[in-house]
Amino acid sequence: MARKNKARTTLNHELLRKMLRIRRFEERCVELYSAEKIRGFMHLYIGEEAVAAGVCQALSPDDTVVSTYREHGHALVRGVPATAIMAEMYGKAAGCSRGRGGSMHIFDVTRGFYGGNAIVGGGLPLAVGLALADRFQGRDRVTVCFFGDGAMAEGEFHECANLAALWRLPVLFACENNQYAMGTALAKSHAMTDLALRAAGYGVTAWPVDGMDALAVAEAAARATESIRAGAGPHFLELRTYRFRAHSMYDPERYRSKAEVEQWKKCDPIDALIARMKATGELPDDDLALLEKEVAAEIDQAVAFSEQAPLEPVEDLATFVCSPAPPPSGTTPVSRAEAAS
Amino acid sequence: MTEGTTTYREAMREAIREAMRRDERVFLMGEDVGAYGGCFAVSLGLLEEFGPERVRDTPLSEAAFVGAGIGAALGGMRPIVEIMTVNFSLLALDQILNNAATLLHMSGGQLNVPLVIRMTTGAGRQLAAQHSHSLEGWYAHIPGLRILAPATVEDARGMLWPALQDPDPVLIFEHGSLYNMSGVARPGPVDITGAALRRSGTDISLIGYGGTMGKALSAADALAGEGIEADVIDLRVLRPLDDATIMESVGRTHRVVIVDEGWRSGSLSAEIGARIVEQAFYQLDAPVARVCTAEVPIPYARHLEEAAIPQVSAIVAATREVLAS
Repeated sequence: MARKNKARTTLNHELLRKMLRIRRFEERCVELYSAEKIRGFMHLYIGEEAVAAGVCQALSPDDTVVSTYREHGHALVRGVPATAIMAEMYGKAAGCSRGRGGSMHIFDVTRGFYGGNAIVGGGLPLAVGLALADRFQGRDRVTVCFFGDGAMAEGEFHECANLAALWRLPVLFACENNQYAMGTALAKSHAMTDLALRAAGYGVTAWPVDGMDALAVAEAAARATESIRAGAGPHFLELRTYRFRAHSMYDPERYRSKAEVEQWKKCDPIDALIARMKATGELPDDDLALLEKEVAAEIDQAVAFSEQAPLEPVEDLATFVCSPAPPPSGTTPVSRAEAAS
Repeated sequence: MTEGTTTYREAMREAIREAMRRDERVFLMGEDVGAYGGCFAVSLGLLEEFGPERVRDTPLSEAAFVGAGIGAALGGMRPIVEIMTVNFSLLALDQILNNAATLLHMSGGQLNVPLVIRMTTGAGRQLAAQHSHSLEGWYAHIPGLRILAPATVEDARGMLWPALQDPDPVLIFEHGSLYNMSGVARPGPVDITGAALRRSGTDISLIGYGGTMGKALSAADALAGEGIEADVIDLRVLRPLDDATIMESVGRTHRVVIVDEGWRSGSLSAEIGARIVEQAFYQLDAPVARVCTAEVPIPYARHLEEAAIPQVSAIVAATREVLAS
């Protein structure tokens, strides 16, 4: 039977596949980091997979995504090849950013994936501008900007929420509220912790969503993007989620208890979806095994590819600082400068 | 104003108008560029001609609208973003440095940012410390940016179009004292890659740009009365610097005074001085001299402000000193 060869593709299956790809990819990244194949800052998305999977489920291939430094998951589900992401983390020339970006700067312009931004809140204005360009050029696209609860304290969020609402731009603000801005709890950095309510204060349609439930996220994102496409202006989803791993590879996690983390792990979005699918008979054991096998093969291939991929030649260090196009020219001025009056 | 002449302000406005007529991807965005006509009246009348979509007033949100300009450039537009003054550009410095200047390299060549950012710079108008900065030298520190400083009406008219053709971000610094200056501006683009020799001489190289050019030329006129003939170089492009023109001049005059409205420490003048020492040390007959802004926040009172920023008399005095050594 056909389904023996390829895992099934109902909505739940698609969400599960997306989440598993992120989870297994990042678990491999941890091993590779320990093996010193990957270096620098690396921020893991483990625990938050339902957000990327659910939001991106609602997007069409033409839509645009601006992301954060915790973006492996967004990139993977938007179709950036695992080989290109892994090779980038290896610092190889075959990486999507030719080894110049690393974990925090995954880009793939052919898939509308505009990074990969290590400045908290720094991607928000780019998303507003991309949406403005779509408006000018009559393109029916939605630009999704992922950012965290920490970015809600940055001025750029407030400037951009106002600007996008003022100009009714087709932007989906996808706030990944994982409860901590690095190591500072939400309530310790925000006087008002109802983030959706604050976004609504700018005239942006906003509501909170259970970010540990991929289906709930997918439904909310579908509703939001439909409304945006219908011309209702920017929307904001507060996706309440939790990061199971440390902020980065250098984080001793002094700011939260193990018990709290364990409590949240009981809400694991992958476990939850698997349990629901099994309960309804949607996911026979051999289907899950097949899916795991396919995902493992994809990651094995990405690692093998990255291992053998060549490094960018050092001679090309300064390539891409400025464009290779010839410098703009014109007549050379010869006139004497006029004295300032 | 005599026949055939225009002002720096009008030249800039004509350049914007021409660009918007020629290329529908070009639009102007910034604080008060529309209904107000621009803080310095550069965009006066453009709203009426092009409408509010293409002459777009923004909230006072420098990071958002400069970043939106970057995003719009990524999305295929050719934005001209006006920041009212360089002082406010600090609120957008994150977007300019961390995104505009960096995206091409950080993305491995995938993302071009064909954006032009214009802003007023400089002191001399009794606007006190927070409205008198000359920070173009800071921006000239950043790889990935092209930095232009039009000092003439001709450059005010001609630099914008080629800047818009550059696939990478270009920052144009317009010295606030120049807007009322009049001169002749031929239509058509000018070079935006090199410096220009504004006056030829054999005894000293005076190097300046933007708001200091008029002073350098006045100093050269005064020196000519004493029998001292100065080369006057208008840098025009602060990044990348045109080393060749500088070194060619130094090779002829063997003496240099650099005029820079930035503070001396870590300034553009320091960079130029270092390059001359690196590339033309054995051509020098005297130490390189600099006339910079005193290392104080620019004061309000006229006499204090005049004492703080480069003046013709200081350029003349520095030149005499170099020639005496």
